[in-house]
Amino acid sequence: MHEQLRPGVNDFAIKLANVNGTGSASANGLIMQAIFRMGIPVSGKNLFPSNIQGLPTWYEIRVNRSGYTARSLDYDLMVAMNAQTYRQDIREVRQGGYVLYDSSWPLDRNLYRDDVNFLPIPLAQMMNEKFADARQRILLKNIAYAGALVALLDIDLPIVEELLAETFAGKAALRESNRQALHMGRDYAREHFSCPLDFHLAKMNANDGKILIDGNTATALGCLYAGASFAAWYPITPATSVMDAFRGFCEKYRKDPETGRNNFLILQAEDELAAIGMVIGACWNGARAFTSTSGPGISLMNELIGLAYYSEIPAVIIDVQRVGPSTGMPTRTQQGDLLECAYASHGDTRHILLFPANPAECFDFAVQSFDLAERFQTPVMMLSDLDIGMNDWVVPRLKWDDSYRPDRGRVLSAEDLKDIPKFHRYSDEDQYYVPPRTLPGVDPKGAYVTRGSGHNKFGGYTETPSEYQEVVDRLAHKQKAAAELAPRPEIQNGAGSKYGVITIGSCDIAVREAVELLAGRDIPLDYLRIRGFPFHRSVEEFLYAHEVTFIVEQNRDAQLRSLLTLETCVPKERLRSVLAYGGFPLSARNVVEGIVNHLEAGHAVHR
Amino acid sequence: MPSIAKPLARHPALKQNELGLTIRDYEGSMSTLCAGCGHDSITAAIVRALWEISMQPHMLAKMSGIGCSSKTPAYFVNGAHGFNSAHGRMPAITTGAAAANRELTYIGVSGDGDSLSIGIGHMCHAIRRNVRMVYIIENNGVYGLTKGQFSASADVGSKSKRGEPNQFAPIDPVMLALSIGATFVARSFSGDKEQLVPILKAAFRHRGMALIDVISPCVTFNDHTGSTKSYLYTRKHAVSATDADLVPPASEIVANISAQDVTAVTLHDGSILRFRSVPEGYDPTDRVKVTSYLQQRQQKGEIITGLLFVNEHVPDMHEMNNTSDTPLARMPYEKLCPGSAALEQLQEEFR
Repeated sequence: MHEQLRPGVNDFAIKLANVNGTGSASANGLIMQAIFRMGIPVSGKNLFPSNIQGLPTWYEIRVNRSGYTARSLDYDLMVAMNAQTYRQDIREVRQGGYVLYDSSWPLDRNLYRDDVNFLPIPLAQMMNEKFADARQRILLKNIAYAGALVALLDIDLPIVEELLAETFAGKAALRESNRQALHMGRDYAREHFSCPLDFHLAKMNANDGKILIDGNTATALGCLYAGASFAAWYPITPATSVMDAFRGFCEKYRKDPETGRNNFLILQAEDELAAIGMVIGACWNGARAFTSTSGPGISLMNELIGLAYYSEIPAVIIDVQRVGPSTGMPTRTQQGDLLECAYASHGDTRHILLFPANPAECFDFAVQSFDLAERFQTPVMMLSDLDIGMNDWVVPRLKWDDSYRPDRGRVLSAEDLKDIPKFHRYSDEDQYYVPPRTLPGVDPKGAYVTRGSGHNKFGGYTETPSEYQEVVDRLAHKQKAAAELAPRPEIQNGAGSKYGVITIGSCDIAVREAVELLAGRDIPLDYLRIRGFPFHRSVEEFLYAHEVTFIVEQNRDAQLRSLLTLETCVPKERLRSVLAYGGFPLSARNVVEGIVNHLEAGHAVHR
Repeated sequence: MPSIAKPLARHPALKQNELGLTIRDYEGSMSTLCAGCGHDSITAAIVRALWEISMQPHMLAKMSGIGCSSKTPAYFVNGAHGFNSAHGRMPAITTGAAAANRELTYIGVSGDGDSLSIGIGHMCHAIRRNVRMVYIIENNGVYGLTKGQFSASADVGSKSKRGEPNQFAPIDPVMLALSIGATFVARSFSGDKEQLVPILKAAFRHRGMALIDVISPCVTFNDHTGSTKSYLYTRKHAVSATDADLVPPASEIVANISAQDVTAVTLHDGSILRFRSVPEGYDPTDRVKVTSYLQQRQQKGEIITGLLFVNEHVPDMHEMNNTSDTPLARMPYEKLCPGSAALEQLQEEFR
């Protein structure tokens, strides 16, 4: 369908600059959602401060009929609603672009640019004249600029009104005031500007069978469907909404219909040490349990992650990554926890990691995390990030196979125990080097003491070198075996190029776009996206198959590249880093420029 | 429990409990603690109490952190699962374990380093949640495994083995627990099994967390003149304030509770906690009175022991959370997964 569309139609980006705490998020979400319902590929990125009220916040909407909805750095239209950031915001608009601003107050002459078009609308003034309540005036100003965008971008009005009706169902007065503000903005734009602009929207049907969902909600759903019955957590941005959503779903789906009692238990712990401790206790006792956290929480959990690794207790940890080190930038995105998670805790440890690229994979991988944790009796971490977790993404509808049954791994029942002469916790391993475990309360024959101190293959305390080594060597084999069952990389090898590109997590969509852009510039690239750790052998094969591989990731220290050099034998100089780590989601331009710079410098080929 | 291996042979005359088990069935591995360690006496009291209440060994979970005290779960009830976890984290791990299976009985054995320093936060919050468990602090005022550093329960002026006095105010787990809503608080002395066994039996029947601080002298690092946690000092200063006994449910003795009993508290499972004696004006169910009594007496240098406070009216963690009776760990998957139709319907919201 989109072939018939003119250039500029369904291919542009707008940025909305607001002050946080003024209610702009709902207006911005409304616009994004309306575009989604028009059937057009779209993304919304919330670039917000770690603050409740008064600091600058931005929202970026990218519309792309080909489905490339990574963050764009070329803004066709700026909705400048924050006088504090006018200078920066106006500077960011592309040549020939537009700036919509609140002309209730005159714009400083120094801020004008000759090469952009200004769209003044006296929003505050209009709201003050129409509405009496001070708070309502502030909130409705946002709906009014949304109304202006309806006219300027040709957003489908009935869809927007339908969304308002859904949002304010049962609140007729609010719905009416919102509708009025929307029309005031729309009417003003239609009277004063030539609408629509040269770039605008036209309905498509690209979103059939798709949903609009954030990664944290999808993760919570995955935990629900996996059968997690216990969760413990400590509040932390950007992971808090995982547990908020999980609690919401549990209240809805886990109240026993007969007794009204909860078939779940969620505890807000005193800290992350306790949160992971509780999860380990629950998993030791046979429940499926998880915690959700971010980098600072993983730092605190390191101690007990090691305990669970060594004593072989399943646990699922959802890490929604944010910018570190230390407190860093809690509301900004990064992939800075790769090394921390891969080898979390002191001593020789290595963990199973899963890397979703979008909310749909968050759902699937959350379920798989529980299966892997119980199959391998070890902590499993799923590394999402703020961009995936807290932004709404357009993804295919989530599917559930009702024949799914949890893989609880090797757990001996009372009957199983009858058949064996004596139970030894760390003996009799299977093809994955996993020994059977027993649960408390089942049979005295299965009793043993779980310990984080040195133990032999019978589960007894030991300080004998050979006995200690026997157990930790098996653990190493077990981790290697996990590479077969962890999510395998996604590979597109069609380019037949001497160059490859490897990326991870939320970089996926920007890197795919970059690969297409570079192909257009006669730079073909084979593509591989890491989805699990320990790495599947196909990762090493891909590296060897290419003279040079660019490693695209969002951290300063090239952590994925480090992992690849540690875990494969590929010479380090064949791996070239393309990094973006300022805290905003990756854009294709970052990737294209990074790769082109490498090629132009000649390093990629000659060094 | 002495540090010598005992013969496996059992005397045929050994008494059996309701389950037909003898006290030997509640023993564990050989202790590796120092000869004369107070902790071994506590282990013996635990064994006795569990045998007397006819605990099914595999329905007990033995939890601990790190330290001398935390080694002891290996020394009792071989037929129970144990978890010798990480330093200070026992309360958190037990909270999760209890969340997953409410049918088991949990005993956490900890020490003053484990519970009053590195894990004090976890202990406090487990108390606040009223996790149903017996929580024993084997309190000797000293770090034994690392050879004699003061712990947070050491009294001001108490001297280390090398003669240095402690300067920091002690943390008293009993006063701390009372101040944050603990529902069962006791203090005892490892050398007083007569007192400790009934307290333990009552603790196992308590509705929520039963915290028992047991003064347990460290014979190697803190049993010298100048220490306020030595056998001698404790014997000299300990004052048994209350004398309590547990009467199991449906027992004939129930009828024998006389009017002279100072007070009787009905526990959640129908057992009766009978206080044969308490100080004049003392009410073990009145937090304010108990706190004030303890403060007054402790100021005089007395170590007040006994079952000091009990409140059976506070819901435990599961009751507060309205959790199903079926343990979460055994909840059938069908009850946990809403299925594909629900997912389809739910996704109508994501448009």
